[in-house]
Formats: sequence, structure tokens, C-alpha cells
Amino acid sequence: MAIQRPAGEFDYSYAYDMSTIRQRWQWALLLLFLAALYTLPLYASQSIVSLVNRIGISIIAVQGLNLLTGYTGQISIGQAAFMTVGGYISALLVNSLGWPFPAALLAAALGAGVIGLLFGLPSLRVKGFYLTMATLAAQFIIPWFTRQAFPEVLNGAQGVNVNVPVMFGVEFNEPGKYIYLTLTILIVTTTVAHNVSRSRLGRAFVAIRDNDLAAELLGVSLFKYKLQAFFLAAVYAGVSGSLMAHSLRHINSETFNLVDSVILLGMLVVGGLGTNLGAIFGATVVELIIEGATLSAPFFVKLFPATAAGMIQALRPLFFGFTLMLFLIFEPRGLAHRWQLFKAAWRLRPFSH
Amino acid sequence: MNWQLLPQFAVTGILAGGPLALIALGLVLIFKASYIFNFAQGQLLLLGALFTWWLSIGIGLNLWLSILLAVVIMSLVGFAIERLALRPMTGQPLLSIILMTLGLSQALQGLALLVFGGAQRNFPQIFSAEDPYIIATPLVHEGNPINLILKQNLVWSFVVAIVGVVIIGGFFQYTRTGLAMRATSEDHELAQSAGLRIRRIFGISWGLAGVVATVGGVLLATSSGLDLSLSLIVLAAFPAVLLGGLDSIPGTIVGGLMIGLSQGLVKVSKVAVVRNSAEIMPYVVLMIVLLIRPEGLFGQKRIERI
Repeated sequence: MAIQRPAGEFDYSYAYDMSTIRQRWQWALLLLFLAALYTLPLYASQSIVSLVNRIGISIIAVQGLNLLTGYTGQISIGQAAFMTVGGYISALLVNSLGWPFPAALLAAALGAGVIGLLFGLPSLRVKGFYLTMATLAAQFIIPWFTRQAFPEVLNGAQGVNVNVPVMFGVEFNEPGKYIYLTLTILIVTTTVAHNVSRSRLGRAFVAIRDNDLAAELLGVSLFKYKLQAFFLAAVYAGVSGSLMAHSLRHINSETFNLVDSVILLGMLVVGGLGTNLGAIFGATVVELIIEGATLSAPFFVKLFPATAAGMIQALRPLFFGFTLMLFLIFEPRGLAHRWQLFKAAWRLRPFSH
Repeated sequence: MNWQLLPQFAVTGILAGGPLALIALGLVLIFKASYIFNFAQGQLLLLGALFTWWLSIGIGLNLWLSILLAVVIMSLVGFAIERLALRPMTGQPLLSIILMTLGLSQALQGLALLVFGGAQRNFPQIFSAEDPYIIATPLVHEGNPINLILKQNLVWSFVVAIVGVVIIGGFFQYTRTGLAMRATSEDHELAQSAGLRIRRIFGISWGLAGVVATVGGVLLATSSGLDLSLSLIVLAAFPAVLLGGLDSIPGTIVGGLMIGLSQGLVKVSKVAVVRNSAEIMPYVVLMIVLLIRPEGLFGQKRIERI
């Protein structure tokens, strides 16, 4: 995608050419937005804060999936399984060994990354749909492992309770405090994802996505870069899973399941594949739609009184499934693309053609 | 290994693989015609069984009539899905198509729960669950003769499933429509230029998949009861499809039975963890297949050119 610069704006230095946030007003807007998010607990209700918290954690997982599926083109329905790995590792390190939370988070990221490498290995031999099935296998084998292996540590299907993270003497024990943790980590992961995607690594990913045979002929090592993509995606999943586990304070083999993997992929498509903005848009919109399903449950209970008990379980997949299908048919390039079009139209105004 | 139980569990596993083969057939039908792997097959199965239950118990029709009506309804549902959801996806990248069927599976699952509710239902028994067949085998283990005890419904489900696969296979091999479908799976554009109406053929293959799913759903529901988790059984059929080869109809039988056998065999073990691995056995087999022979046992190997 060619970068459209507004009229009259020129690059006077390489640093300026490479900068992401280019103008003072953009800095001001960004800082204002972040300030609004960080002060959210002061003026928003508890439920909104915890929703934003959940959106933030989802964004991290989708960012990782975007590096793997959006940029490298390797379709994975196993992202939630790697979240499970990260969640368990960080939970056990904090609970049993008493590690400080930041160290446990890093260990969770690396541990999930290594497991991700393992399930990425088939990508060297198979691709496309077959690879999707291999990642689906991860989605079955990893939860099974947590249920069956080391019952004295992992506690089988019951799962483990997770301690509240404590840092600098602060207990992050409610959404109003936890959100600072989520937002700070989210800023780091967004910066990393953005810089990965525009560096040598990101260009190699895109080359593999667009034509893997041609990329290999040009000297892009498929072996190296595909595994790096799997590693990065699983690292992001590990961070996200660890954050989610500490926020829910409990994890078992079903906390992150197949449906969550599908939802993460759906978020990616709704937002727009292969754009960093897309991960943020997609996760936000889909989380809001799922929240909308929960909120509209009382209305549907009147229509279908027989299903009153399972109404939320029925509406969430229903809303999500239809959103995904409608996006695939009418907006296959996602919200990020629509946002680009909007920006271009705004810049060319009033000559929009 | 518990040798005394080995023959029993091996045979039971193979019998349980019969319905898997039928489910796998539904997947292969669609894949062969249109290169779409239908992740929503489990929900088609579920809907087929739910419609049958609703017609026979809810409305009170004769069981066989309700199965027939459910088959008709589900073939229409199959047509509708192809027309409304997948035709707009023609020419889209693989990810979009995979996500379309995944989104469809979520939407259908939610719809089934919304309309029918999530309660466990008693499905009418088609085959008797009483007096199992007892077959004496010449095998002897430590002086004890080994007898096979086979539940009637398991045996007859297996028979119906295999007969179903053979009928559909024969339809593919020996009828004009079957020939047209095979031609379409060979090359869409070539088939179109030879005068085949490939849209109609896509529609027919989805309709057939709906029929096969209904039969599979009824077979599973009659032996294990009907609730919304029925759609999860199809997750064991995905590996069966890949093992047999994505575009091979005989492969579905071999794949389904081998997955069933693998699940049966690990149950013989004396180690608890190995016994419990029956639920993930299909995916362990899947990983092995992907690493050793990704095209499956009977699938076509595709050569890539730039």
C-alpha cells in the first residue's frame, strides 16, 4: 500500500521519513488518547473498565496472530492453546515458586514461544489448509496435556487458582488497577509489532505470504522465518494468556478453547489482515459485539423463553458468527482498510475522486 | 497392554469408526467439488439430528418419515449455505474461506441452541440397545477363551454408515451427475467450458453433504443421545479425512476405521494416561500423517509451479 502523505508535507530527513508519529498534533492526540485510557478507572464504571481490560488482552493475542497469519500467511487455529501455555507457566511460577510477576510474564512468553515453535515445525513440510490442521492439533493436545499430565502440579481438569500480581508494593487485584498493567504491556507489544512489521523480518514475512516459492528463490529462508513467525505469535499469545489468567485468577484447560482461537482469527479478519491497526480495531469491535450479545440477552429471552438458561451461550456465537460472515462477504479487507479509505478521502476533500 | 481385552477394543474401535467414515464423507464431498473444507459439518450433523428429533418427538410423526423429511430439509439447508455464504467467497483466499465455514459453524451452533435449547434429549432408539451379539473367537488368552461382546446399535450403525459411503461412492463412480462432479473437482474452468453447470454441481455437493450429515447425526444420536455437543464429534473426523486423503472417497472408510481403531487400541493399555489419550488420538495420528505423508493414504499429491 502506497503511503499517502498529505499535500505540502515533505520528508526533510531519513528519521522523519521513518517516523510513525509525524506531527505535533498526532503526538498530542495520541497522548490525549492514552491519558483518557489511563484515567479510565477515575470516571468509568467497573464493568467498562473490565471490558477495556479484556479488549486490551485480546488485542495482544490478535497482534501475535496478525504477525503469523496476517503477515506470514500461515493460518493458525491454535492461538488460544498457546495462551493456555502462557497462562499455566506464569500461574505456576508466581504461585509455587514465588517469582515476581514480570519475570513470570517473560518466562510465560518464552515458554509459549518454544511450544509454538514445536507446533510450527509441520509448517516446513505442509502449508495452507494442512498447516491449519496441525495448529488445530495443538488446540487439542495442549489442553489435554494440562488435564492429564502432572496432576499434583496442574491439578487436572480443575485447573489452578492464580495469585494476584504484586509489583512495587501494589496489588493488581481489581480491574481498576489491573488496567494499568494491561495498557502498559499493550503499548510495548504494539510498538514491537509495528517495528517487526516494517523491518527486515516483516518484509521477509510478507514475501513468504505473497509467494513462498518465489521468496525462497530470492534467498528468504522459509525455515528460519516461518519458525520465527510461529515463535513470535506464540510469545504474544503467552503474554496475553498470562495477563488473562492473572486477571481471571483461575485457569484450566477450557479457559482458552477452540472457540477462542476461532474468535481471535475472526477479530483479525474483522479488523483487517496484515495491518497493525487491524488487530486493534478487530479485537475492539468483536469484543464489543460479544458484549452486546450479553447485554441483549434479556430481550431475546422474551422471544425464546425455552432457551432462557443458555441464552448468553447461544447469542455470543450467533452474533460473532454472523458478524464474521457479513464482514467476509461485504468487507473482506476489514476495518483498517475502511479507515485508510476514509483518511484518503479526507485528505483529498473536496476532490474525492 | 491388557491382551485379554485387545480383540474386544480393537473391534469396537473399528465399529465406532464407521460413523466417522460417514462424517468424513460429507467433508470429502464438498472438498472434492469446491476445494472448501467445511468446518461447519458438525453443526450440519447436529441440525440434522435436531430436525429428526423435532419431527418425530416434537410433532409426533413416524420415525422413518421424520428422518426422510429431515434429510430433505437438510439438503435444502446445504443448498442455502452454498448459495448465501460460500458463493460470494469464490476466488477469495483460503483464509477467508476457512473463516467463512468457521463463522458459519459458530452461527449455526448459536442458532441451534437458541431455537432448540441446550437440554439433553432422548433420541428414539432405532437399533436395540439390549441383548448384544456375543461372538466366540478361536483366540485364547492364558486359558480364557476370548469372546467379543458387540452392542447391536454399534454394529448396525457401522453397517448403515458403510453402506451409505458405498452408495455415495457408487453414485460418484457410475452416474452422470457423479461424473460431472468428478470432472468439476478436476478443474473448475475446464469443466465449465465443457458445458457443465458448476454452480449447480456445487449446490448438489452441499445438498448431498447435508443428507450425509443428517444420516450421520441420526446414527450418532441414536447410539449416544442427543445434545449440542454432538457437533464436537466431527472434530475426530477431520483427522480421518486427512489420513484417508482429502479427495478420496475410499479413503474416508480407511481413514475413519483407522482413527476408530487407534482410539480403541489405546484404551487397552494398563497405563491410565495412555487410556485417557483416546480423545486426542485422532490428532496424534493427524500430526504423524502431516509429518510423514501430508497428502494422506489415498489423496492426490499436488505439484506446485510458480
